Amino acid sequence: MRLAAFLLALLLAAPAAADSNRPPAALAYTQLPDAAQEARARALMETLRCLVCQGQSIADSDAEMAGDMRALVRERIARGEQPAAIRGYLIQRYGDYVTYDPPFSWVTAPLWMAPVLLLVIGLLLARRLFRRRGA
Amino acid sequence: MIAEAGLAALWLATGFALVQVLLAWGAAKGADQAGGPMVMAALRRVAIVQGLLALAAFLLLVTLFVQSDMSVLLVVENSHSMKPLIYKIAGAWGNHEGSMLLWVTVLAISGAGVALFEKRLPRGTLAATLGAQAAIAIGFYAFLAFASNPFVRVSPPPLDGQGLNPLLQDPGLAFHPPTLYLGYVGLSVAFSFAVGALLMRDVGPAFARAMRPWVLAAWIFLTIGITAGSYWAYYELGWGGWWFWDPVENASLMPWLAATALLHSVSVLATRDGLRAWTVMLAVVAFSMSMIGTFLVRSGILISVHAFAVDPTRGGFILALLGLYIGGALALFGARIGTVKQGATFELVSREGALVLNNLLLSVILGVVFIGTLYPLVAQAAGVQLSIGAPFFEKAAVPVGLALVAATAAGPLLKWRRDQWNALFGKLLVPVGVAGIAFALVFALGGAQWLPALVLGLAAGLAVASVLPLIRRNLRRTPLHLYGMAVAHLGIAVSIAGMAADGAFKVERLAAIAVGQNVSVGPYRVELLGVRPAVGPNWSALEAHLKATRIGSAPFDLFPQQRFFANPPTNTNEAAIATELDGQLYTVIGQGDGEGRWQIRAWWKPFVTLIWAGGAMIALGGLLSLIGRVRRERRDAEEAA
Repeated sequence: MRLAAFLLALLLAAPAAADSNRPPAALAYTQLPDAAQEARARALMETLRCLVCQGQSIADSDAEMAGDMRALVRERIARGEQPAAIRGYLIQRYGDYVTYDPPFSWVTAPLWMAPVLLLVIGLLLARRLFRRRGA
Repeated sequence: MIAEAGLAALWLATGFALVQVLLAWGAAKGADQAGGPMVMAALRRVAIVQGLLALAAFLLLVTLFVQSDMSVLLVVENSHSMKPLIYKIAGAWGNHEGSMLLWVTVLAISGAGVALFEKRLPRGTLAATLGAQAAIAIGFYAFLAFASNPFVRVSPPPLDGQGLNPLLQDPGLAFHPPTLYLGYVGLSVAFSFAVGALLMRDVGPAFARAMRPWVLAAWIFLTIGITAGSYWAYYELGWGGWWFWDPVENASLMPWLAATALLHSVSVLATRDGLRAWTVMLAVVAFSMSMIGTFLVRSGILISVHAFAVDPTRGGFILALLGLYIGGALALFGARIGTVKQGATFELVSREGALVLNNLLLSVILGVVFIGTLYPLVAQAAGVQLSIGAPFFEKAAVPVGLALVAATAAGPLLKWRRDQWNALFGKLLVPVGVAGIAFALVFALGGAQWLPALVLGLAAGLAVASVLPLIRRNLRRTPLHLYGMAVAHLGIAVSIAGMAADGAFKVERLAAIAVGQNVSVGPYRVELLGVRPAVGPNWSALEAHLKATRIGSAPFDLFPQQRFFANPPTNTNEAAIATELDGQLYTVIGQGDGEGRWQIRAWWKPFVTLIWAGGAMIALGGLLSLIGRVRRERRDAEEAA
């Protein structure tokens, strides 16, 4: 009996894991009825950072804020907004930190150029290995 | 007493490491003099004793955890007397100090292994290698002693400990860090060999043959560690993802990429005496990546799901060690590489040429991962907060990776030194045909997008190409390492096929349903039969009872849980996963809405298991190769004797 009471107490304490006692927004844990819209929302959510988590996107986090952001993304997609516009809105609100897909700017230019630069440098280095052909 | 004995063992190990450096210096200087063999024998023994002392310190720490000795601070902070035994043991390395001790222990044991088994290398080079290994160890012993002592007592001892992070209380994760560390730190041997060979001006095939089994062994452990870690994240984090481009994952991926490049270039050096400078450089880079990974994880400098032991003040110490060892090795490389003669040459279209391409593409991916992981820190220094994640890494690394897959298919079909384009095209006809057909089928009939279809096509082509080198050979006389290569390359095909299939065809269902209702996901109908409490040794849980039905097969039950741990208070998702031949059904229970409905998350993930099956095949291929190489070396040694 005591075990049952203990378990019941724990069950009631379940929302302790959530950040508040407010129930999650409906669209935080349910999908949009339109499959194409849901796919767009899902793709966008996977590239947005959960701001209160440690290195997770909002698409795979149980944190309350991630749930709220998922609901926001789904609502706006359902209203017909473009994913890029929603990302823009969130960047305006939270800064570049919110997107895992850093927008091209003076700061991120070296980052986005890096793959090509590395490939060119590598090819130049490798070419020296082959130049002495037949030597 | 045990804690004091552990600390004493650590200090003794440090002393032996110092003696080892001095002896190594003497042995390397006077390798050819009369007393040379005697000094060498002493050096070997000192290295072995140093390894045993470090191991003793580590085992004593494990003992403290098993006994739940609450007079030791580390045990108090990371253990609890009510924990199952396996997690008491795993608790020993599930924290900063313990994991650093494990790190150093693997380092010292690797050195002891070299002292014990390496017989064929010239005496001077071996001595310099053991000296370098001990020099690395000294730095990390100092780090333990001055900044991360695992044996500190607490007075008065509390009644019980604070428990281990429940996310870590999982059998898979209990053995994940030791596996990964064997790989990470096993690469230290390659680093020390490279430093030894540079110091003694002995970069050549003999050095490469000595280094190869160590690189292979470390690489096998890294492969297993990364594969297992990915599966752990998949079933433990509860959202069906298996790779997050999280900084800590990247920290394990970077040494793996470098080691993969190294193990290909070391083959060229061992058998063809080519790529001398590259091989030395890659050996230095591989272990440098391990140390940088340790720094990233242990300093907590990057925000990450894995940064369980966060203490930035210790970062400075590790950073200094990094600068010392990596900087020192690079300076030595710069000073000596001019004296390393260009090895044997080869033409562009040749096995060596393909291996250079392999090295090049792996290095580019490594560079992309490295820059992408560290760039947020650089941007932060410039006052900009940035996040770099999956979208960047996928855009930047996936195209290079696909080129690498194509090179993997073509490389083994080429002859050493010189081959013809026409001959290559002839051999590639069948794999390219298979790839084209597979792509067309998946794209047109399967309704996949072009990128996953392309990956599946390439996987099919690589699968065919990887077994071609075995065809028309006498299979009983084919050397084992050739089988190893075929299995590992086939494993890559299998793994990327799983990634693409999951990406293209997975079905997700998120719903809030009441008992008696059902959701359909992929080929399954999943019904909620009930929600009830459940209890384990140190947790209690909400458990859903689900029944999954699929047309044409027997229904089965699934019991996903949401667990509550009391010490420390934490919730975890325990997904219930059903594995079928053609994929996995992945189910999670979330919260209730208070009106009788429960959140149910369900995924149908076609062929997702191939990702880890492929990883296991890659490791198995490495193992076959290792056995084959070691046996051949032994036979050669007997013939030479």
